[in-house]
Formats: sequence, C-alpha cells, structure tokens
Amino acid sequence: MDTVTIINALVSGLLTGLVYGLSALGLSVIFGVIRIVNFAHGELMVLGMFLALLLFRWLGLDPLWSVPIGAALLFLVGYALQHFVVRRVAYLPDHMQFLLLAGIAIMLVSACLVAFGPDAQGVQLDYALDSFALGSLIIDKVRLYAALAAIAVASALLLFFKYSPTGRAIRACADNHLGAKVVGLNVDRLYALTFGIGAACIGAAGCIILLLVQVHPYLAPPYTLLAFIVVIIGGMGSLFGALLGGILIGVAEELASIVGEPSLKTAFSFALLIVVLLLRPQGLLGRAVR
Amino acid sequence: MSDLTASGRAALIAFAALLLVLPWVVSSYVLSVAVICLYLAYVGQAWNLMLGFAGLLSIGHALFVGLGAYASGYLFAKYDVPPAIGIVAAVAIAMLMGAVIGYLGFRFAIGGVYFALLTIAFAEFVRILLEHAKFLGGTQGLFLPVSQESRRGVDLINLRGWPEMYYYVILALCLGAFVLCRALLESRVGYYWRAIRDNPEAAAAVGVDIFRFRMYAVVLSAGMTGAAGVFRAFYDNLLFPDQVLNIEKSIEITLAPIVGGVGTLFGPIFGAFVLTPLSELLTDVVEGLKDLGIIAKNVKTDGAKLLFWGLAVVLIVLFKPTGLWPWVCRRLGLVKAPGARS
Amino acid sequence: MALLEVEGLSKSFRGLRAVADVSFTVEEQGIVALIGPNGAGKTTCFNLIAGAMRPDAGTVRLSGADITGLRADRVCDAGIGRTFQLVKPFQDLTVLENVTVGALHKSATVAAAKRDAARFLDLMELSDKLHMHAANLTLPDRKRLEVARALATAPKLLLLDEVMAGLRPTETDRMVAALKRLVAETGLTILLIEHVMRAVMALSHHVIVLHHGEKISEGTPEHVTQDPAVLECYLGEGAI
Repeated sequence: MDTVTIINALVSGLLTGLVYGLSALGLSVIFGVIRIVNFAHGELMVLGMFLALLLFRWLGLDPLWSVPIGAALLFLVGYALQHFVVRRVAYLPDHMQFLLLAGIAIMLVSACLVAFGPDAQGVQLDYALDSFALGSLIIDKVRLYAALAAIAVASALLLFFKYSPTGRAIRACADNHLGAKVVGLNVDRLYALTFGIGAACIGAAGCIILLLVQVHPYLAPPYTLLAFIVVIIGGMGSLFGALLGGILIGVAEELASIVGEPSLKTAFSFALLIVVLLLRPQGLLGRAVR
Repeated sequence: MSDLTASGRAALIAFAALLLVLPWVVSSYVLSVAVICLYLAYVGQAWNLMLGFAGLLSIGHALFVGLGAYASGYLFAKYDVPPAIGIVAAVAIAMLMGAVIGYLGFRFAIGGVYFALLTIAFAEFVRILLEHAKFLGGTQGLFLPVSQESRRGVDLINLRGWPEMYYYVILALCLGAFVLCRALLESRVGYYWRAIRDNPEAAAAVGVDIFRFRMYAVVLSAGMTGAAGVFRAFYDNLLFPDQVLNIEKSIEITLAPIVGGVGTLFGPIFGAFVLTPLSELLTDVVEGLKDLGIIAKNVKTDGAKLLFWGLAVVLIVLFKPTGLWPWVCRRLGLVKAPGARS
Repeated sequence: MALLEVEGLSKSFRGLRAVADVSFTVEEQGIVALIGPNGAGKTTCFNLIAGAMRPDAGTVRLSGADITGLRADRVCDAGIGRTFQLVKPFQDLTVLENVTVGALHKSATVAAAKRDAARFLDLMELSDKLHMHAANLTLPDRKRLEVARALATAPKLLLLDEVMAGLRPTETDRMVAALKRLVAETGLTILLIEHVMRAVMALSHHVIVLHHGEKISEGTPEHVTQDPAVLECYLGEGAI
C-alpha cells in the first residue's frame, strides 16, 4: 500500500473524525455537568439523522441546512428529557440512572423501527460524488463540508461556554454543584439547558453525518459505544478532548479499513473500547472520572 | 420461608402447584410462553446475583448465554457429544469468560457504569468474532441436528423430547437457581457480597477481600448463565450470533429482575411472569391490528415489543426503583413486617 | 515491643503535605488519643495505617510485623479494626447484619457470627434496633454501629475516628464507659481521633498532637494541654 492511499485515509479519517468529535462533545457536555452517562446518545443521534432524512424527502433540504432545525428540535428533546425524567432519578445509584437511560434508548430505537423500518436509507445529493484534488490528495466534497459544519457547531459551543453568562453559569455548576446552588443559580434549569445543549450537539452531528452514512435504527447502539470510546479517550467532561478523541477514532477506523476486512472494523472499535477502558479511565486529557 | 405470612405461604404453595401441573392443563402455546417466562426468570436470577447481590452491573450477559449455547451446540453438532456432557464445557467456558472480564475490570479498577461498558464491549466483540467463525457457521448460523421422532419421548441426556420435557427442565433449573441463590444469600459469601455492594471501602475495613468475592460473583453468574445457553441451543436448535448474543438480548436478561426487584429472590421470577405474558399479548394485539388494517403491514412487531420493554424499564426506575415484588409483598401482606427481602 | 509502631509516615496530595514524617508508638492495652485542629492530618494518618491509602514514605508495624501499604482487608486480617469519620454503614442491611459482616471475620459460621454480633450490639446499646435498616438510623446510632462492626472483627488495635462527634454529653459518657470496660475486659488497645476533649481526658493515658501534618507534641493529657506549642496551634499565635 502506498503513501498516497495512507495520506488519503488519514485526511478522510480526520474529516469524519471531526463529526464523531462533535457528537461526542454532546455526550461529554452532559456527563461533565450533570454527571450522568447518557446511554441514549446514539439514539438521539439517529433521531437527528432521521429528521434530516425527512426534511430532505419532504422539502429537498440539504442535510447541512437541517443542522439548525435538528439542533433546535433535539435541544427540546434533551431539555424535556432532563426536566421531566432524568432529574427525578438523581437520588438513585448510578447504575439505576444508567438503566433508565438504557430504557429510554430502547424506546427511541424501537420507535424509529416502528416508524421507519429496519432498512438503511440515505440522501442523494448532486455533489455526493464530487471531490477536490490537491495533487494526488483527493478530498470528498461531502466529507469536507461535513467537517466544516462540525467545526462551526463545535466552535459555537466552545464560545458559548467561554463567554456567555449562561455558559459560565453551567461551567460553575459543573465545577461545584453545591456552590452553584449556594450563590443562587437555578441548577435544575441549568441542568436541563445543559442536557438540551448536549442533545442539540448530537442532533447537529446526526444531520451532518447523514451526508456520509445511510441511516437505520440499529445504527444507534454502535454510535453510543463509538461516542463512549471517543469520550473516554479524550477524557470524560473535557470538550477539546472529545474533538481530539473523535479525530483519533476517525483516523484509526480509516486506517483499519484499508488494512483489514471492513466488517472487522466494528470488532476493532470494541477491542479499542476494552483497551481504552483498561488503560485510560481518565482519558488522554485528564480530569477525574468520578 | 420463615418470614412468610400465612397468606404468603399459601400463595407460594399455590404458585408451585400451578407450575407443576401447568403442562397438563394449558395449550401448547401457553406452555411455550411459560418456557420463556421460566427461561427469563432463570437468567434473571443469575444476572441478579451480580447486580442485586454484589453490586456489579452487567449489560453483556447474553455473551454467557451465547458461549454456553455455542459450546454445547458445536460439540453436539460436530462430535455428537450429548448436552449432558456438553454443559460442563459450556459452563466452564462461560465461567472462564466471566473470570477474564472480572479480572480485567477489578484489577484495573473499572467501577460502576464503566464496568457495564466493559461487559457490553466484550459481548459485542465476541459476537462479531462468532460472525466470522466459519467453523461455528458464522452469520449462516449453527444448526443442531433434530429429527421428527426425537421430538417425542424423554431423553434428558440428549435434551430431546416432548415440549413438556423442556418445560420441566427449565423449571428445574429455575428452582435450582432459586435454592442456590437463597443459600448463598444466607451464607458468608452473601453477607460479603451485600457488604461490598453497599460500601466497598467499609467491607474492606472489616477484612473482606473485595477482589476475590467480586470474582466469585461474576464467575458464578457467568456459569449459571452459560447453562441457560445449553437450554437455548437445544430448545431452538439453531443459533445465530446476531440473535443469541446481541445487545438487545443482554437487555432482555436485565428486564425481569429490574421489574421484579433487583436484589430480591422472587423479583426475577415475578418480573418474568409479569413481563413475558404482557409482551406476548402486545405482540398478538399488534399482529391483530395489522390484520385489521389499523396498523400498516410493514410495521415491525418486534419494534412494538421493544418499545414496551423500554417503557417498562423507564416506568419502574421512575416510580418503583426497588421493583414490583417488594411492593406487591407489602400490599398483599405476603411477608412479615421487617425484612421484606425474601 | 510496642503494639503499633509508626515511623516517618508521609503522604502528599498534589504537593500538599497532609502527613509529614510522623512517628509514634502505641503500647499494648490502653487508649491513646490523636488530636489536632481540623486539617492536621489525623484521618489521613488513620487511612495510611489502615491501608485505605498507601503512604509515600515511612513504615507501619503491628506487633513487630511490617504492614506498610497492605490492602485494607489484609490490615484487618493483621488485627486492626477501624471506623470511618464519615460513617459508612451497609445501608440496605439491618443493624444486626451490618455487625454480622464484621463478626464473620473471626467466626466460623454465620450463626456464630450473628451471636457475636448481637453481643457487640448490646455493648453499644443498639440491641433494640437489631432489625432496623442501617439507612434509617440516627447519626449517633450509626456511629455506635461503626464501633460495633469494627469491634466484631476482634482486632488487637481499634482505630476510632471521631465516634463521639454529635453525641450528647450523657451519651458521650456512656460510650466512654463502654470503651473503658472493653479495654479492661478484653485487653484491647484503642487509638482514637477525637475533638471532644472531655472524652479525650477521660479515656486516654497518652495523647499525640498533630498540626499541619506534623507531630508537635505528645505525652500525658495533662502534659499536652499545658504544652505551649499545643496551645498555640489551637488558640492561635500570641494567645499565650
């Protein structure tokens, strides 16, 4: 195998990885602030994908233009989920909260199954096969657009957390739950906002990734696990870590698929999850898990 | 059953009697549903040993079913080894897998929810490996030879015979698991498990070797679940990695104990007997509505069942996190006031 | 030979020296108190001895045997029982079951362990609450439960971390009397962290004072309460 193939794989992995990173960002935000492991992550992402699919079918909308709509709707879903459901089980042990989200995940996946059936469905875009050539380096147009969109959404999120008063208040909650309550922040509302923002991120990533992948309900569990891998590598709760982890996984997957049989690609990710769990409970960018 | 009230004892005896005579009084369809109930009660009991007793959450238990099923099924299909012997290999291989997961998880201090992720990762990893294992049939499936005449009679060595035989086999397994778990709970191991579950640090301070007793829990639970795999293999006679050990099957295993009551002995049984008939009923209703044209034909009936499962978990965690069984016990006065834990 | 010998024990958290080069010995039989202002490193000291944390440096010997850095359950096997400052009961177990877990350390059967447990619960005046769930106990009762559970492992040395905190004076006196009786009857040795000076003075024959992770004084209760270094750390500089 020659260098050109490898470089092409690296670039394409990097671009896909940015979308993974954006999705994982959603998981990381939710965990970092509310300290809950969102087991329904992939399901929310698939929800975003189906939404973009419907918008494409009904209105001919490019999935990239569905990003704001997907983000807004998933924000509402996330907000409602935290406000009406997750908030009520804060007193239960971690594993019960985890099971609750697993239950929600099953409901979402089966609802998609009932509504859309089990078959893979995608969008046909007129620029789907276009690509830019830089010398011998070939970059798919869709992949580049997807990555750019992911960067745009992720930047907006990072700016929000850094500069907006609400973003800062949320970070205060993450650092010190009790302290935030003491200084009079409405922690319940901020948590709901956080879950909403996290879900919006996931929804945006779902819309974007429809450019690259066909959607079906059973995509959800692998996406959940993929996001876990990304976030555990990057460090639970670390935002840059999630992006970095996403890129790493994207690149690793591409490289694995040019080396080995593509169907073993998933086995590779699970093996990776095991290794990552064993070696890096705090992630590459640190920050304690518990 | 010393802590049962008179009505509790009566209910228990009535339930036991009903289970014993069931095959003689119900249709073959109801019997097949009862087999599913007992199967889920059995694996639920095994799973509950880990979470309910020792505080270890596994969402990869279908892995052990799969290993047990494939081990005994392969030995039978390929070498004519009867399941009565194959079960030894099945349980051993499941225990070994449990030991590997436990060892890695506990040595590397992977706590709580991360341990659950580890179990999922192992289950999915093995599933994909099985899909690529040509000698086990891969995605084409592994078929166990079965003939029409072997559907009659009673051959416990080869696990072949009337449907009623399968019912009594799984009933016996269920009873065995119940008796075993009850004995364990009241032994040293049980005390230590519950201590570790409630507070590992305090357990260590009173001299409990946390690593060792957690290993016991995982290995034992895995072995019990592996035995269920043997039953599955010879009841279904065909095995697909995607159907035996996907993540949905792992979640299915957790349902009965969660609904019935995590950590209780009757919870998994009660949960299985509540959930299974309900989801069967739901399947029938959906099919019926399809026939009537109220629901589109292409709607997946399985989807409706899954939806119900998810809803059941969500409702239980939200409103009765200790499960239905302790609540039913109190309501019906089946157990004497303190220690509603039976 | 002393029962417990601690030598040069040190532990830092992210560069902060919680325990710095602390050495002391505890002779067999009797009650020794470890006192000091908040943040003096007393509980860290306990955690290092009991194996909940590994020391950065130093050794811990019990009856001459090196137990430095052993796992908590091995330290218990060696003969040290402990309580936790922030009580850690087994929430979903009853009071009797909680102590039975401790008693199983030495008892051959569960039935024997239950009998032992009942005895220690009687000693700690919890006999009327045997079948209550630990989660439903009041704080003073939980503290008593901690002591009973640690006692049930039949230790040579018992580490008690602020078991009197939150008790009323009469309750403190009863606890003091129970502990004294225990030491006299069983030959148990106790090392306790305590803020309730009334208990310290009534119980201990020897007091060790920690401040900022270092040992600043030790001796009889009368001696340390008159030591200027001790008064200064409690009352602030220039108080004398």
